[in-house]
Amino acid sequence: MQSGEDMTISDIFDNMEYGPAPEDAQPALDWIARNEGRFGLFIDGAFVPSVGGEAFDTRNPATGELLAHITQAGQADVDAAVAAARKAQPGWERLGGKGRARFLYALARLVQKHSRLLAVLETLDNGKPIRESRDIDVPLVARHFYYHAGAAQLMESEMPDQQAIGVAGQIIPWNFPLLMLAWKIAPALAMGNTVVLKPAEYTSLTALLFAELCVEAGLPKGVVNIVTGDGRVGEMIVAHPDIDKIAFTGSTEVGRRIRAATAGTGKVLTLELGGKSPFIVFDDADLDSAVEGLVDAIWFNQGQVCCAGSRLLVQEGVADRLHDKIRARMDRLRIGNPLDKAIDIGAIVDPVQLQSISELVDRGLAEGGEAYRANAPLPGNGCYYPPTLICGLEPASTLMQEEIFGPVLVSMTFRTPAEAVQLANNTRYGLAASVWSENINLALDVAPKLACGVVWINGTNMFDAAAGFGGRRESGFGREGGREGLYAYTRPRAKGGKAKPVKVIKPFEGAPAPSDQPIDRTAKMYVGGKQARPDSGYSRPVFGPKGQLLGHVGIGNRKDIRNAVEAAHKAAGWARTTGHLRAQILYYIAENLSARMDEFADRLQAMQGGGSGPARAEVEASIDRLFTWAAWADKNDGAVHQVPIRGVALAINEPVGVIGMLCADEAPLLGLVSAVAPAIAMGNTVVAVPSWPFPLAATDFYQVLDTSDLPGGVVNIVTGEHPVLAKTLAEHDDVEAVWSFSSSDVSQMIEAASVGNLKRSWVNHGMARDWSDADARTFLRHATDVKNIWIPWGE
Amino acid sequence: MQPAHIARNPGMPLDLDLVRGVAANTSAIERRCAALPGRRSIKKQWQAAWLLKAVTLIDLTTLSGDDTERRVHRLCRKAMQPVRPDILDALGMGARGITTGAVCVYHEMVPAAVRALAGTGIPVAAVSTGFPAGLSPLRLRIMEIEESVAAGATEIDIVISRRHVLGQNWQALYDELRAFRAACGDAHMKAILATGELATLRNVARASMVAMMAGADFIKTSTGKEPVNATLPVSLTMIRAIRDYQGLSGHMVGYKPAGGISKAKDVLNYLVLIKEELGDRWLQPDLLRFGASSLLGDIERQLEHHVTGRYSASYRHAIG
Repeated sequence: MQSGEDMTISDIFDNMEYGPAPEDAQPALDWIARNEGRFGLFIDGAFVPSVGGEAFDTRNPATGELLAHITQAGQADVDAAVAAARKAQPGWERLGGKGRARFLYALARLVQKHSRLLAVLETLDNGKPIRESRDIDVPLVARHFYYHAGAAQLMESEMPDQQAIGVAGQIIPWNFPLLMLAWKIAPALAMGNTVVLKPAEYTSLTALLFAELCVEAGLPKGVVNIVTGDGRVGEMIVAHPDIDKIAFTGSTEVGRRIRAATAGTGKVLTLELGGKSPFIVFDDADLDSAVEGLVDAIWFNQGQVCCAGSRLLVQEGVADRLHDKIRARMDRLRIGNPLDKAIDIGAIVDPVQLQSISELVDRGLAEGGEAYRANAPLPGNGCYYPPTLICGLEPASTLMQEEIFGPVLVSMTFRTPAEAVQLANNTRYGLAASVWSENINLALDVAPKLACGVVWINGTNMFDAAAGFGGRRESGFGREGGREGLYAYTRPRAKGGKAKPVKVIKPFEGAPAPSDQPIDRTAKMYVGGKQARPDSGYSRPVFGPKGQLLGHVGIGNRKDIRNAVEAAHKAAGWARTTGHLRAQILYYIAENLSARMDEFADRLQAMQGGGSGPARAEVEASIDRLFTWAAWADKNDGAVHQVPIRGVALAINEPVGVIGMLCADEAPLLGLVSAVAPAIAMGNTVVAVPSWPFPLAATDFYQVLDTSDLPGGVVNIVTGEHPVLAKTLAEHDDVEAVWSFSSSDVSQMIEAASVGNLKRSWVNHGMARDWSDADARTFLRHATDVKNIWIPWGE
Repeated sequence: MQPAHIARNPGMPLDLDLVRGVAANTSAIERRCAALPGRRSIKKQWQAAWLLKAVTLIDLTTLSGDDTERRVHRLCRKAMQPVRPDILDALGMGARGITTGAVCVYHEMVPAAVRALAGTGIPVAAVSTGFPAGLSPLRLRIMEIEESVAAGATEIDIVISRRHVLGQNWQALYDELRAFRAACGDAHMKAILATGELATLRNVARASMVAMMAGADFIKTSTGKEPVNATLPVSLTMIRAIRDYQGLSGHMVGYKPAGGISKAKDVLNYLVLIKEELGDRWLQPDLLRFGASSLLGDIERQLEHHVTGRYSASYRHAIG
């Protein structure tokens, strides 16, 4: 008699059970039928068959039933899609923000008009509960297009120095098919780019319906192109020479491959990857609300959420109570037909994913985990996995480190706030975190210490177009949403004509000769606030343009870099100093440099030749640059995003961490100062590799640093050949970012080598930079990461 | 099918640490309540059955200055036959003896209600202790309980002194409630917290806990006379306290939201909330009541719609 349609009112009156409440699938099935159950590729404003004619099936994971045949795009199709996007791009950009806003607004309205059809189709294709596609995904999609209609409208007035990047290749996952499409397409279009988007092969249908909406909206042909297929299509997009920007959301493993494949191509890249996000419950938290938060964290979308709060960290004193409450709550979750409006947990997207979850959990149990599975019935067939809580694991356990991407919560305890932070950050990932406490002091103290891009206080999985989303570490880089997300689809408007290649400079040669100095002066490295001899024990002579010996400089190697990075980490307290203090120190550096103006000018002239005028000008410009960054040190304000909650989302600009930098060869002092100063002004610590042909200005400069109250380790200077040191820096897993302004050909190598920890790389691709311009906005963006802290309130 | 008898809550010593440690995060509680109606859907015969269940949980109430014995008599007849017999028959529920959970009146109307309901098994509840403000002398408030019990009321809906909550004077609140409970004797004590006047959900949670420690058989949201009466967030806060108290003491305490629940759709949301947070056992009249006067009319219309497929009109249903 269980929930059967034949149950009588009298039966139900006694058992008070829920009945079936199925959403009608027919309108979505009719839509598929109108397309005769097969879909082409959406290229240049029309659905076209694939040149190769290959196709694959897409199925309803809740039942295994065939939904439709989807086209597998080939190289010729991707070429055609990119060509269409390329052709459309200039016109789309020229249309202007206000013109584009009209189209984005139309798309927002169309999403709302077809909201139920989109929701039902999404649930059929993906297996997520209709409640989620109807109440969360589709409303957020509409919201994203509305927000970005506004972003387009205001682009010319609010971002006058930015322009479109060009053609964006976008690859999205299957967990939020339509929402991820919106996150990719809306900002790209708003900023004047055109797109070639590939939906995940399991879940192409809503993207194809969206293509129809693009036609309905009258979107110019070629602005949006949708090519379906498996990972091969993604590889074609990534490798395509006529694509300017790649945006990817998906697994860290694929993200790494994309980073390697695009290295050196000049393609702009944003990656939104995996996570193992901590869900921290302090002993003063509202435990019942925290439990409900967990339902939204790990039992939302079957746990197939990159930012799922999958790692529960609970303070010892309340751990047993919380676990009891979680188990009781799990038993009330309803698992089954995702089209049923009273279902909490739907189907896992595909048998392959189900298998992967099972295997990981088995491994966790073999490692000593104790599993509690929800005492709730599972459907007999279809792809289902029960909500599961695993206790008894330690940080060293596989399940504490690996992303499961399923409805499986792992839990461990902590004793103190400091230990909570330590455990929370003990992960390769850094996407999101939840903090539960009734103590605002505690919550706001912990939030900035968490290595991630999003923190929700007393809440979880809150999303909005007005707030940026994205991670740190191996969770990727770049932000989607908010003003910060718009910069992922723009580049600075070119100033002063076409960019020129950077001139390769070789050190001057000369003959060894006795020094004319009475006492030998040897330039050393500067590590941890102390002068250090090169580990190699080798130095090279530095000659002036006429072959005169100017001194010797150490030849740094990987161990010098290792020591410098260690020193830079030890100085991490710099990030917690006030902007006011950092400003004072930068002013003081400028003051001390000014006092030694003549000496530095002489040195620059001796190394580079030329008159005293350019040398003095470089010192003067360096002093001015220090003043500029002292000015910025306490002015790079964050933002208070207008998200639709009673509360705020604070967008805080945080330092990136340890930045390795290959400084400009052609501007030995100004190039060094222009890169180091913004980094330390924002609270980063630095390992700087100065100009190799003209290294002595940098080695003189550490004496200035030494006398300016700069804490040891904030700036470390390692001299040496750029290609050698760049490789060590780019490969170093404890370096968060590498910048290169070098004239050596290291850009491709740096990007390729940065895949280890997916560090942020910013390289010149062999193009020169105008050092007379501080280009503060660009440096600020590279020197900081935005963290969004959601703070709901109410009593 | 009769659910197992629930032992009365004897109360326990006041545990101030526990009371002060109670947390209630307002925004998270609101989010849970906002999402809830979208998470569950009660349709077709389930809706009819659940609405009939709701009828059996109503404390059919009249608390007006112009109440008379005839008026109360009329209300009692409605309590005995809350839904038109032909509708009940069509729903297959004609033989189930559907009545409301109780009739709730002022003290002066208790004898009339007791007479009207004699032999029906429907309890008479009396609002008491200087309802609604609860600011008459303590001695008189206690006497009022005793008189209502003597007059035949088996449930006493007392009001607490809000000032004890606002002043965080938990000992005073506990003592007052202990005295009321003693005066109730065998009658069940339903403690009205007047949540609309307690300002914060944290206060609601703490007052709930103190009331249960003092031996309340039910905790109840409102008098119906405050500016804000029962809400889902207040209910969620109170039933979570009930759940914690059960974990603490082993005793099951009843819940009564009152005031402001006038639509069938609203009452379904409350039932879902109780089922999800407390479980099915709480969906019975010995642990759940709705203090409502106009709700019944809306339910009757919905039930007739279920039977006929046509939207109903209020004049087709007898007034109480």
